[in-house]
Amino acid sequence: MKNILIPTRRAFLQAGAAGVAASGFQPLWAQEPVVPLDQYQPEFLSGAEWSFIMAATARLIPSDGDGPGAIEARVPVFIDRDLAGPFGQAADWYMEGPHEPGANPDFGYQTPLTPAEIYRGGIARFDEWCVAEYGAAFADLSTESQDAALNALETDAERAEEALGPAAGEGEQATNETAASPAGQGGQGGAGGNENGAQTQTTVRIMPDELRDFFALLVQNTKEGYFSDPKYGGNHQMASWVYIGFPGARASFLEWVDKDNIPYPLGPVSINGERA
Amino acid sequence: MARQDPRKDVVIVGLGWTGAIMGMEMCEEGLEVLALERGPDRETVPNFRYPEVADELRFGVRFDFMQRARQSTLTIRHNTNQTALPYRRFGSFLLGDGVGGAGIHWNGVHWRPMAEELRLRSYVEETFGANIIPEDMQLQDWGVTYEEMEPFLYRFEQVAGIAGVAGNLNGEIQPGGNPFEAPRANPFPMPPLPTTLSNRMFAEAAQAAGYHPFIKAAANASQAYVNPYGMQLGPCNFCGFCERYGCLNYSKSSPQTCILDALKRKPNFQYRTGAEVLRVELAEDGETATGVTYFDETAQEEVFQPADIVILAAYQMHNVHLMLLSGIGQPYDPATGEGVTGRNYSYQMMGSTAAYFRDIDFNPFVGAGANGIAIDDFAINQIDFAAEGFIGGSYISNSQTNGQPIRSLSLPEGTKTWGAEWKRGIGEWYGRSMGVGTHGSNMAYRDTYMDLDPTYTDRHGRPLLRLTFDWKPNEIAMTQFMRQRIEPLVESMNPTSWTSSYREDGASYDTTSYQTTHNVGGTVMGNDPATSALNRYLQSWDVHNVFVMGAGAFPQNLQYNPTGMVGGLTYWSADAIRRDYLPNPRPLV
Ligand SMILES: Cc1cc2nc3c(=O)[nH]c(=O)nc-3n(C[C@H](O)[C@H](O)[C@H](O)COP(=O)(O)OP(=O)(O)OC[C@H]3O[C@@H](n4cnc5c(N)ncnc54)[C@H](O)[C@@H]3O)c2cc1C
Ligand code: SF4
Repeated sequence: MKNILIPTRRAFLQAGAAGVAASGFQPLWAQEPVVPLDQYQPEFLSGAEWSFIMAATARLIPSDGDGPGAIEARVPVFIDRDLAGPFGQAADWYMEGPHEPGANPDFGYQTPLTPAEIYRGGIARFDEWCVAEYGAAFADLSTESQDAALNALETDAERAEEALGPAAGEGEQATNETAASPAGQGGQGGAGGNENGAQTQTTVRIMPDELRDFFALLVQNTKEGYFSDPKYGGNHQMASWVYIGFPGARASFLEWVDKDNIPYPLGPVSINGERA
Repeated sequence: MARQDPRKDVVIVGLGWTGAIMGMEMCEEGLEVLALERGPDRETVPNFRYPEVADELRFGVRFDFMQRARQSTLTIRHNTNQTALPYRRFGSFLLGDGVGGAGIHWNGVHWRPMAEELRLRSYVEETFGANIIPEDMQLQDWGVTYEEMEPFLYRFEQVAGIAGVAGNLNGEIQPGGNPFEAPRANPFPMPPLPTTLSNRMFAEAAQAAGYHPFIKAAANASQAYVNPYGMQLGPCNFCGFCERYGCLNYSKSSPQTCILDALKRKPNFQYRTGAEVLRVELAEDGETATGVTYFDETAQEEVFQPADIVILAAYQMHNVHLMLLSGIGQPYDPATGEGVTGRNYSYQMMGSTAAYFRDIDFNPFVGAGANGIAIDDFAINQIDFAAEGFIGGSYISNSQTNGQPIRSLSLPEGTKTWGAEWKRGIGEWYGRSMGVGTHGSNMAYRDTYMDLDPTYTDRHGRPLLRLTFDWKPNEIAMTQFMRQRIEPLVESMNPTSWTSSYREDGASYDTTSYQTTHNVGGTVMGNDPATSALNRYLQSWDVHNVFVMGAGAFPQNLQYNPTGMVGGLTYWSADAIRRDYLPNPRPLV
């Protein structure tokens, strides 16, 4: 059943992201020419904020190893556009007061700030903390220090939850509608452990309550930029879909229902019709 | 002053599943019917068209087909000592909006209730004794029996075009079906959907353990089908963009694919979009409604729409909200236990085990909303409640619905959620997991209810609905019982690793992660006006020309997905209106 003309995702793992064009993944028609990231004019982010997003997403999804990193996927462009648009303005969310930003996390988003404001305030606050802790803004730290700082930020977000007693959903992942799909991971940005113990023993939190969702938003939006359709500015050349083996917007698989354990042979398509 | 529009025989609030069914039924009586829908109009083309609809970020993650919290939301708290906070960003449940309601973006997992569930209090008392019922559990009978409901459940199955295998045909157990279900008079209108590898692995494991696996009944068509209204469905192509999306393929049962085109051809039917009903208006004596007042989004003004019959079909929460805002039925008070409107909210107890297989490619994107294999060996009528120490049950199932990477990518326990380890993990594990889950009942309690919030208001200045809800020990015990049945099944499949997620002692209700949109109660049906807001025909006890559809009628939640019963009850109520109420409008009980 294997179609030898079409590379499987395992073959792609060896090819690596940098080899996208060279290893035979020619788009059906070329995507719009893209502005190199260092020449991109952000719509929402300031220069310093852009530097932070470039540096932070590069650690959240690093470039080395198999598959594209956030930078090759152009995740920073996705985040900038997203924050400039309705998502950044919390256009769909109920934002009337009174607000209780320190509420039990079971009740979710309770800050008066929009996501755009959380990024603005969160980046500034985190950079300040990095200067105090490591002597430089996040973007200027070594990758080791950046990872340690992100771990501390993650732990800080977890502590914001623990401060309020048993956090909701402790030990449980989203159990979805049909009960039996593997539990989703999206949006569970703060769920990982603090592995290298970078958190200093201070009880002072890095983020105030109004900004406590910063880390979760950053991780979630980074993954969204990595995996969403390329029309949103990220997932450049659908490289993340190729990497994991997701066929994108194909959306027609009846003939594959009974093909047990046979990797799907066709590469992804995007909503605008590109192929990879 | 509000504008006043010409009188109608029937006004229907909301044009989702129940509103569309009622529209058809009332039009067939020759009545002048107007449906008022707050959201936009929606049709398969252009709204669910390929490829635009295959957009995970827009529909799966940002919920573009759904109600926006900014337009309408509620407040939530765990108990009466807390101050409720707004549900600002949707998570735990996702409400429908626009023509078709949640009926466009549901999965289509279809069940009938068990006969025992519809008379649960009587069943528990007769079988185990009243003393096993926890003091704060407000267990109730529904006021209808399964035997009465059977023809109406079937009517919905015919209209929706359900694909499945009967397990019990007129008392005869059928091979391949659910042997524990109540008797059906007819087979399903369509054969079941095909099965995926994950489905078959689960079925084999369940069979080997001595259980009785069957293919889940689906409101996803398995072949070409024409329903009683002449509406046509085509076979589902396992597109993998089902739940949270409109169907691109005319395969998922929805008001659009099963009812609306036929309804729109009726000369006596009209509908208006951008028309949010603000309240039901009552006559001076409070015994009848005179019509409804709605906000006309286009004209930006309030409109009074007079009508002889008012049908609330706005979804459970909005029906409760409208009842409270309009003063229909006494609001429930948990301190005294008196009052009925808002009483007995309940939800659905979910849990699951994810299993990871290094050498198996499940192709998870080959998925359909209602695909799957289930066992009902631990259903409500199969468990000794006295011995196990809880009241309730669950179906256990595997289903393969989608492989969307933002929301459904599952990694082995302990994998970091970002960085090099995460990136390696997604390459190694995407498509290499399957899950087995429990979908369990939830009883209602003295302090699980809905009323009006004292602080927060909506864009029309109306108080938000307030939900008070938390998990109780009975449901934790039930879900832990299911966990003990599921984990050995998963282990018997020899996965590389597995990880469980079930609520444990002390777990509180987390509003941020999606569970189900199976919110029930608040406009409970029954035979006792002291404990139910509606009589057995879904008619308000107090205002006899107001009928209230939807899962608000459930006195406590089924162990099943609700819409099979919601659809059946709508036909049951419509039948009572047509046969009994129209000739002589009055309280039917
Ligand atoms: C993601 C998801 C998955 C689901 N999966 C399943 C499943 O697999 N199986 C199952 O059985 N059930 C499932 N459900 C539940 C199912 O969708 C509902 O049971 C069903 O749609 C309820 O029908 P309804 O008519 O009561 O409400 P809806 O279909 O939601 O329709 C209500 C309509 O009323 C409108 N409305 C609300 N307020 C007003 C107002 N004030 N004025 C005017 N209009 C108003 C709304 O905009 C909406 O269009 C799922 C739900 C969701 C959200
Ligand atoms: S999975 Fe099937 S029923 Fe669901 S949206 Fe896709 S084609 Fe339609």
